Amino acid sequence: MSATEVLRAPHPHEFDPYKLGHGNGGGHHDYATGHGEGGPASKRVIVGYGFWLFLLSDIVLFSCFFAAHAVLQTATAGGPTGPQLFDPFSVALETACLLTSSFTCGLSAVAAGVRNMLWTQVFLFITGILGLAFLLLEAHDFAAMMARGASPQISAFWSSFFAVVGCHGGHVTVGLLWLGTMMAQVFFKGFRPNIMRRLVCFNLFWHMLDIIWVALFTIVYLIGEGR
Amino acid sequence: MTDERNADDEGNVGDVGPGFMEAADHSVRQGIQGYLMGFALAALLTVASFYVLHTTLIWGPGIVVMLGVLAVAQIGVHLVFFMHLTTAPDNTNNVLALAFGILIVVLIIGGSIWIMNRLDERLMPIEQTTGQTMQMP
Repeated sequence: MSATEVLRAPHPHEFDPYKLGHGNGGGHHDYATGHGEGGPASKRVIVGYGFWLFLLSDIVLFSCFFAAHAVLQTATAGGPTGPQLFDPFSVALETACLLTSSFTCGLSAVAAGVRNMLWTQVFLFITGILGLAFLLLEAHDFAAMMARGASPQISAFWSSFFAVVGCHGGHVTVGLLWLGTMMAQVFFKGFRPNIMRRLVCFNLFWHMLDIIWVALFTIVYLIGEGR
Repeated sequence: MTDERNADDEGNVGDVGPGFMEAADHSVRQGIQGYLMGFALAALLTVASFYVLHTTLIWGPGIVVMLGVLAVAQIGVHLVFFMHLTTAPDNTNNVLALAFGILIVVLIIGGSIWIMNRLDERLMPIEQTTGQTMQMP
């Protein structure tokens, strides 16, 4: 057996389902991109990774608010407690809105993937409407709680409650502004690579908001009520 | 622009970041099926969370644990079906970053609850201390 035969790698597709040796079928033929000699990863992967890091840091920010709320569960200072004022039906409705909007946001990504302008815009619009419905319901909840004597300055419990739920609501508001911007950009600029990457980031952001909401309705509303 | 577009969209079949839907061999049908599956699972887990709260099927103190398990499961569903976090090699960085994020979150929330509960145990209740000082002549 000659040296060249020993060094020659077998055809990768035979044993390499994840194409570790053949990252793409294009220019860098024998190496996966992002792995040493394969050259840098594609821009989309890098943008996704960077935005993912931002989202994780955002989740860490939220975890601080969650920690404060968990610690201050019983610090109601003689004022109203959470379970007295929470409206489980409204929370369920908000959850349904946000979960469905996450779903339609995913469908808009599918439509954008095949560059279908009409369905991309339709699903983004439905996502926005559901997000807006969520915000209005939440604002209505806040108003009802304040009317019954639970404003942020009443006790540490209500301060932490309005901080964590309000921070999430603020993120949804920013997300809606971003959504409107994306709809306009997709409409006027088309599915250019940079617009597609922004859509990827927006999708990640919107799904992250839903993940935060899962933690939020579990910790703040359900476990708070269970106590 | 054409080059960038090719590199972005047609190559790198196993090379997708989180949230990116369309690789070369994914049809629209598969994409919609994935999101439908995720939506159904997430909805099921959400309904279960709201149901568990008022059920008598589970021993009372276990309900909180059950809610935590359901929430973690649902977050997992979101990560896999909506954000497309996979075990593919080009997702390794994303998964590692997620693992680090979870570590920090667990430290912050778990650590806060742990320390504050221990403090509560060690400090005497306020009524008791004031009562003692008042009794002292």
